[in-house]
Amino acid sequence: MTVKDVRDILDAEVLTCKDMLDTEVRSACGSDMMSEVLAFSKDHSVLLTGLCNQQSIRTAEMMDIKCLVYVRGKRPADDVLEMAEDRGIIVMTTGHRMFSSCGLLYSAGLSSGPY
Amino acid sequence: MDDTIVLEYTVDAEDFTRAGEASSDVKKKLKQMGVSPNVIRKVAIAMYEGEINMVIHAQGGEIKVYITPENIKMVLKDVGPGIPDVEKAMQAGWSTAPEEVRNLGFGAGMGLPNMKKNTDSMEVETEIGKGTTITMVVNMLGNE
Repeated sequence: MTVKDVRDILDAEVLTCKDMLDTEVRSACGSDMMSEVLAFSKDHSVLLTGLCNQQSIRTAEMMDIKCLVYVRGKRPADDVLEMAEDRGIIVMTTGHRMFSSCGLLYSAGLSSGPY
Repeated sequence: MDDTIVLEYTVDAEDFTRAGEASSDVKKKLKQMGVSPNVIRKVAIAMYEGEINMVIHAQGGEIKVYITPENIKMVLKDVGPGIPDVEKAMQAGWSTAPEEVRNLGFGAGMGLPNMKKNTDSMEVETEIGKGTTITMVVNMLGNE
């Protein structure tokens, strides 16, 4: 699916890189702990998290994650968004909670990727 | 002719929001050099984890990165408190990070094990009250 599909499924608002919505995404992971994402994420293109500080962007950058979804209606500060825009990371925010966000994307065919 | 490229960074621990700047710069430079994406990923993850550790536990330090056609060596040196029990610190899930660090998304006890997982060799030299030096190597061959 594309980032645009992710946006529509989660009824989300895109906050950065609005010209990159056709980017293809294959798998996703969800966690509020960046330590866990760094240790367990593999080839994920989407990260769902409730942690909206600079380190969530930095983690996405290190892991080559293309799209960051902030769940539970979280909205990062402007300097965090600027950091994402500079790095070409698509950021969106959804009112759905973590469990339902993951469930909706999984049901729509986004996988959890390799173990 | 010595074709080693050396990159040097000072890790400032005063501002947690800036942690990872050195790793970000290394990642960018390796990409410009045309290093394989998988090697870059391993280096970026290992160094970022190390950088975060330096900020959380050791009030910062210095990082040197040596790039040769054969491998990438990262030397992370701090003058922090040292690691009392390296074996324990290498266990997944074991953490001494304070609550406020966990609130920032770190301190799950995965740092050192993850650094080891992403590198071909890792050495930890540590002395209580003096500091810790971690040397990690990622080979170009076998990691493409």
